Amino acid sequence: MTLFSFLGAIEIGLIFALVALGVFISFRLLRFPDLTVDGSFPLGGAVCAVMITSGYSPIIATIGAALAGAVAGLITGWLNVKLKIMDLLASILMMIALYSVNLRIMGGPNVPLINDPTLFNQLQPSGMEDYVFRPLLLIVIVILAKLAMDWFFLTERGLAIRATGTNARMARAQGVNTGGMILLGMAVSNALVGLAGALFAQTQGGADSSMGIGTIVIGLAAVIVGESILPSRKLILATLAVVIGAIVYRFFIALALNSDFIGLKAQDLNLVTALLVTVALVIPQLKRKLSKKP
Amino acid sequence: MKKLAWAPLGAVALAIAAIAPAEAADQKSVAVTAIVEHPALDAVRDGVKAALKTEGFEEGKNLKWQYQSAQGNPGTAAQIARKFVGDKPDAIVAIATPSAQAVVAATKTVPVVFSAVTDPVAAKLVPSWEPSKNNVTGVSDLLALDKQMELVKKVVPNAKRVGMVYNPGEANSAVVVKELKELLPKMGMTLVEAAAPRSVDVSSAARSLVGKVDVIYTNTDNNVVSSYEALVKVGQDSKLPLVASDTDSVARGAVAAMGINYRDLGEQTGRMVARILKGEKPGDIKTEVSTKMELFVNPGAAEKQGIKLSDELVKSAAKVVQ
Repeated sequence: MTLFSFLGAIEIGLIFALVALGVFISFRLLRFPDLTVDGSFPLGGAVCAVMITSGYSPIIATIGAALAGAVAGLITGWLNVKLKIMDLLASILMMIALYSVNLRIMGGPNVPLINDPTLFNQLQPSGMEDYVFRPLLLIVIVILAKLAMDWFFLTERGLAIRATGTNARMARAQGVNTGGMILLGMAVSNALVGLAGALFAQTQGGADSSMGIGTIVIGLAAVIVGESILPSRKLILATLAVVIGAIVYRFFIALALNSDFIGLKAQDLNLVTALLVTVALVIPQLKRKLSKKP
Repeated sequence: MKKLAWAPLGAVALAIAAIAPAEAADQKSVAVTAIVEHPALDAVRDGVKAALKTEGFEEGKNLKWQYQSAQGNPGTAAQIARKFVGDKPDAIVAIATPSAQAVVAATKTVPVVFSAVTDPVAAKLVPSWEPSKNNVTGVSDLLALDKQMELVKKVVPNAKRVGMVYNPGEANSAVVVKELKELLPKMGMTLVEAAAPRSVDVSSAARSLVGKVDVIYTNTDNNVVSSYEALVKVGQDSKLPLVASDTDSVARGAVAAMGINYRDLGEQTGRMVARILKGEKPGDIKTEVSTKMELFVNPGAAEKQGIKLSDELVKSAAKVVQ
């Protein structure tokens, strides 16, 4: 593996770490199976790309993308809480609706950002290579997002969200407005995903309507791989595990991309990735079994 | 403290250790990527390889060839772009718009040759159709739409309304729709659109056109091409002739197609890659469009779809599918 491809895996892993943090909030903290992310990821990219090409500063465009993601999450939550639509179905409805919304926002299926200003080329110090700078800036963004999330979920409101996910009836008995907490949690979760979409569009040459395909699978894989590497009930460690999981998942793909030396072909990529992740998930169990035996 | 499971981290180490083998000095390397595997895009890839062989670059002898498909996943496409740029091949061939954008965003130095991109200027891969003066050039599959519509007129001489099934989420198709909306009124016809955001929607989109159109035209939309049989069924059931823009669809049941053969498009791309391998700069090579358009006709399909092709048209065809 070359340095370029190594840093590339870290860069894309860090972007998907934000997706994974969002998925962690919905799946683990709220226990809300949320497929909205397949739509809110390209939504973030679309909003960001369109704002940049119409002259807004990349920082404003990136914040706009996160807000758009939050609105998408809010609507999913609202469909579930107010209209009493089953959680999974509500998120599926939002996901397919967003496909059309994204086409409307972009005015077509693709908005390129190849020579336009982005967060990355604007902040890049002269003399530093872009492929080195991008992961550095992303590390800062991901760490800030993680710390903000750790802090938020220790506030009273954050704890109320966690209580809603753990035991909604008990939370209501304690006077928690569980419906409101679901709305808030979904908004925060999809804001992170929208932010990731914006960063992805700014590093990969533009937003494309096909950009969201499989986002949820990648996010979930990152959460689960992370939990397998660093199992912890402590929130601070759990969010760290999710970030590590997203990056490790990208290394699995890098490994799969380099697997032609064992006779595997390009069409086997997804299968190889799935096998590698399976092995990663099974090994901790095997270790546990072995360590129990005298 | 709980134990870390080191195995996945071991995988990371293994990935880092998987270093590409050293290359011989006289060997050239070409890395090819496509956003997804499907017959037209695969034909482009095979065409590139065939043309390189004709030009004297053969895999295993003096050519290191690698191919990666993103399997439809944009995150993977981005990562493949990073891997290829890191491998520093003599040229990267990027097939279809999302893959090409990912590669162009990833490098300003490694020569990039895109292929099967309909509008490379709108996709900002190159600043104009003239030589780019940077590291990017390629071959567009932009169709001469006026020739396509002349064919529609020849197939159904009294056609007034032309139906088109396409995926609004596909950049290449959106370009065609936009241009047809300008072109068709000049020829005394109008466009009736039917959206098929997924392959499974193609059949119902086609049915929605029944009674509203005189002929169905299809471009090289991935969803439509991958489920062309669904369209053929509707064409036969409701006697609506189908005119395609890729010649492969004629054997599958289109009445006629004046189109690009994607294998030829790939060979054209391959010849461009060979020029770069022989020392030309990509920035000096003008973006090309397909040089070869061929007419394929299928009189049997025409009969089933309720029309008869004129003898003149059948005679002028490069290939008559029976």
